[in-house]
Amino acid sequence: MNLTLHVWRQKGPEDRGRLERYAARNIDPELSFLEMLDQLNGELIREGREPIVFDHDCREGICGACSQVINGEAHGPQAETTVCQLYMRQFQDGDEIYVEPWRARAFPVIKDLVVDRSALDRLIEAGGYISVGTGGVPDANAILVPGEAAETAMDAAECIGCGACVAACPNGSAMLFVAAKIAHLASLPQGRPEASRRVCSMTDAMGREGFGNCSNHYECEAACPKGISVKFIAQLNREYLKTLPKAATSKAP
Amino acid sequence: MILDNQCPSGPLADQWDNHRRNLLLINPDNKRKYTVLVVGTGLAGASAAATLAELGYKVEAFCYQDSPRRAHSIAAQGGINAAKNYPNDGDSIYRLFFDTIKGGDFRARESNVYRLAQISNGIIDQCVAQGVPFARDYAGYLQNRSFGGSQVSRTFFARGQTGQQLLLGAYQALSRQIRAGKIRVHTRREMLDLVVVAGRARGITARNLVSGELESYAANAVVLATGGYANVYNLSTNALGSNVTAAWRAYKRGAYFANPCFTQIHPTCIPVSGNLQSKLTLLSESLRNDGRIWVPRNRRDPRSPEQIPEAERDYFLERRYPGYGNLAPRDIASRAVKQICDAGFGVGNGQGVYLDFTDAIQNLGTETIRSRYGNLFDMYLRITGEDAYRRPMRIFPAPHYSMGGLWVDYNLQSTVPGLFVLGEANFSDHGANRLGASALMQGLADGYFILPYTITDYLAGTGPGRNAVTDDAFDQSRTATEECLQQLLAVRGDKTVDEFHRQLGHILWNNVGMARSEESLQRALQQIPPLREEFWNRVRVPGRSDDFNQELEKAGRLADYLEFGELLARDALNRNESCGGHFRVEHQTEDGEALRDDANYNYVAAWEYRGDQTPPRLHKETLRFDSIETAVRSYK
Repeated sequence: MNLTLHVWRQKGPEDRGRLERYAARNIDPELSFLEMLDQLNGELIREGREPIVFDHDCREGICGACSQVINGEAHGPQAETTVCQLYMRQFQDGDEIYVEPWRARAFPVIKDLVVDRSALDRLIEAGGYISVGTGGVPDANAILVPGEAAETAMDAAECIGCGACVAACPNGSAMLFVAAKIAHLASLPQGRPEASRRVCSMTDAMGREGFGNCSNHYECEAACPKGISVKFIAQLNREYLKTLPKAATSKAP
Repeated sequence: MILDNQCPSGPLADQWDNHRRNLLLINPDNKRKYTVLVVGTGLAGASAAATLAELGYKVEAFCYQDSPRRAHSIAAQGGINAAKNYPNDGDSIYRLFFDTIKGGDFRARESNVYRLAQISNGIIDQCVAQGVPFARDYAGYLQNRSFGGSQVSRTFFARGQTGQQLLLGAYQALSRQIRAGKIRVHTRREMLDLVVVAGRARGITARNLVSGELESYAANAVVLATGGYANVYNLSTNALGSNVTAAWRAYKRGAYFANPCFTQIHPTCIPVSGNLQSKLTLLSESLRNDGRIWVPRNRRDPRSPEQIPEAERDYFLERRYPGYGNLAPRDIASRAVKQICDAGFGVGNGQGVYLDFTDAIQNLGTETIRSRYGNLFDMYLRITGEDAYRRPMRIFPAPHYSMGGLWVDYNLQSTVPGLFVLGEANFSDHGANRLGASALMQGLADGYFILPYTITDYLAGTGPGRNAVTDDAFDQSRTATEECLQQLLAVRGDKTVDEFHRQLGHILWNNVGMARSEESLQRALQQIPPLREEFWNRVRVPGRSDDFNQELEKAGRLADYLEFGELLARDALNRNESCGGHFRVEHQTEDGEALRDDANYNYVAAWEYRGDQTPPRLHKETLRFDSIETAVRSYK
């Protein structure tokens, strides 16, 4: 198949950037979207032009590195699918395809389709963990986790940290990302002791990092390649509300 | 140099305890005077970095990805082994140890493997405490499943994303230490050289992949947890960025490379579909718990699988290995698949066999199968466009893991003092074949529970000293690294890095793949040097070195693979026996099983670099089996 691509090219953070047009010819429908870009890059290199820079690594939908907005949708048209798992058979011969980076205030563009997502790491650093050191822990079966709770925790823990939720959100909010971590840990007995401190600390960090607020558009859930549910945002809000009476009655630390 | 593996003596069960009793300690206050560099943030690297920081050391961690959470451990699917014996089905530390040694075809050290089995239980406890959501039953107890090469259920799992969940546990422990100011993580950094000062590893040269700048880091010790080298085959299940560069450059600075020919070809991967394909996708071995592998009894049978009656199907693993059936170990299953396809029974384009869930769906129902493997069936659908609930999957073996790696002693220290190597990057525990669900176990054992003890002993012995990048060795390393980058850019040829990588991959897959012979290995050794020369004359690397330049990154990694591939073939040629994943067609039993030669090859082959123009020197570490008798490895 033959396609026309409009790809965002930006030399660096200071460059304004622009869409450039490329012809992708003789594309095998069995190729993945990224393999199609590999093929195009090969041609650009042989023509002495600069290849398109994009993040990718595992190419099996789990590392969360790939991050492209395709025809206005984070990770493209296929539901619950990362760009690396999107195959060209999803497109038609002659299609025009627009390829852009994640766009959010908290994710500055580094080059072309690559953005800086370190803000997500800093959200986890703010409290997205259980404070246990190595060693001195009880036997694994001494902490019982009812099957249903383990399933809920796992539903939330499947987040791959790609940032599509932020890119899809009109407010550039990281609410689904944070909610997934809050819900993962708060659903487990091991995570309960720190639950209120965690939710306060992580939501504070969200504001500091330049993420917007949640206004219930649910675009995040629609874009999420792992199908993480917005019900976890409700769970985050419940966890947060529980901290308010405590905060009102206790002195600042 | 005589390789001293530092293995303790005495009864196996007491060795690690006794060894630890003799290791030196550093008091908590003094630990902050020491800096340790940890390169790689997968299971081994992240767990090591977090634990060292908890103990009080200053840690600098490095990864080429944009976040430590993306290291390729994230892609491990099936599970992690431990000798908990929760199902009460006869497991024990000894049995996990024995299965691992036997699975590795008696080419691993007893002492290391026994320690691994001892530590396995503590890993599960640690991960549960961190909040890893392992599968549980309704009452809240942990569930187990079976994996290849074992007759007990000892594998813990978190759906089909066990590696992801374990890595996130380690990443969160790491994040906690970053918050505490104990760790600095340098993302989008690639280690390009090891800096050795006065015979000790004292730092690294790393390239900032965004700015292109070469940076020097000095420390009291360096830890490599940089993964494996399966991408030398071009198409593999590894992430595209996975590379041998850090290990290879350490090799060139004096670290011996052990058993490079021990590579694992995983049986259950989605078959190759085209020439421009960039990677092969693994489908977890856990699928073999419920899926049955078969081919038609007629060669090149044109019928679709559901039209082929039961009597005309050959369930060849169940036929050849009735004791283990579809759960035969990876090397054996892969070889059986290759043999049956070579004989003309393959399906699809001839390079594939069926993995069929019809029986399991009938017995257990679609919902049970969906709950066990749903994400894998979804992945198969996205990649192939086929629905595995309705028709069997097609699978074929693909390069997956490297048992070989930098040589380390019992303390995980390489032949360069102060350079420690963890996880897949070292060679230590899996012999000639790794059992499923043991890589996660080893990575976390090394990082959480072994290195923190052994590196302390090393540091206590050397004292804190001063860490500064002022030594000439740092300047020289940066200069040499920059020259190498400039050389790659200066070729300005007409072929892309990817084209060369495909060529190298073909040479290795065809000649040093699942079946190797003296003839094929000689051919590989004849073909690789000219390809390397052509690479340095014709490769086209666009752009500059002081910029975000992904082609330059790839070119540097491939340049190392073009050298390393030759060592891999050389090692395979030297090892004139069949064992585990290393199958020399000259050495097989009448029914096509690997034939070991314990009289002549009961050793670890450790290769010493002696310059680009001089062949490497082989050092042998003889393996001793005091507790078990080596035997013909049978899974019948």
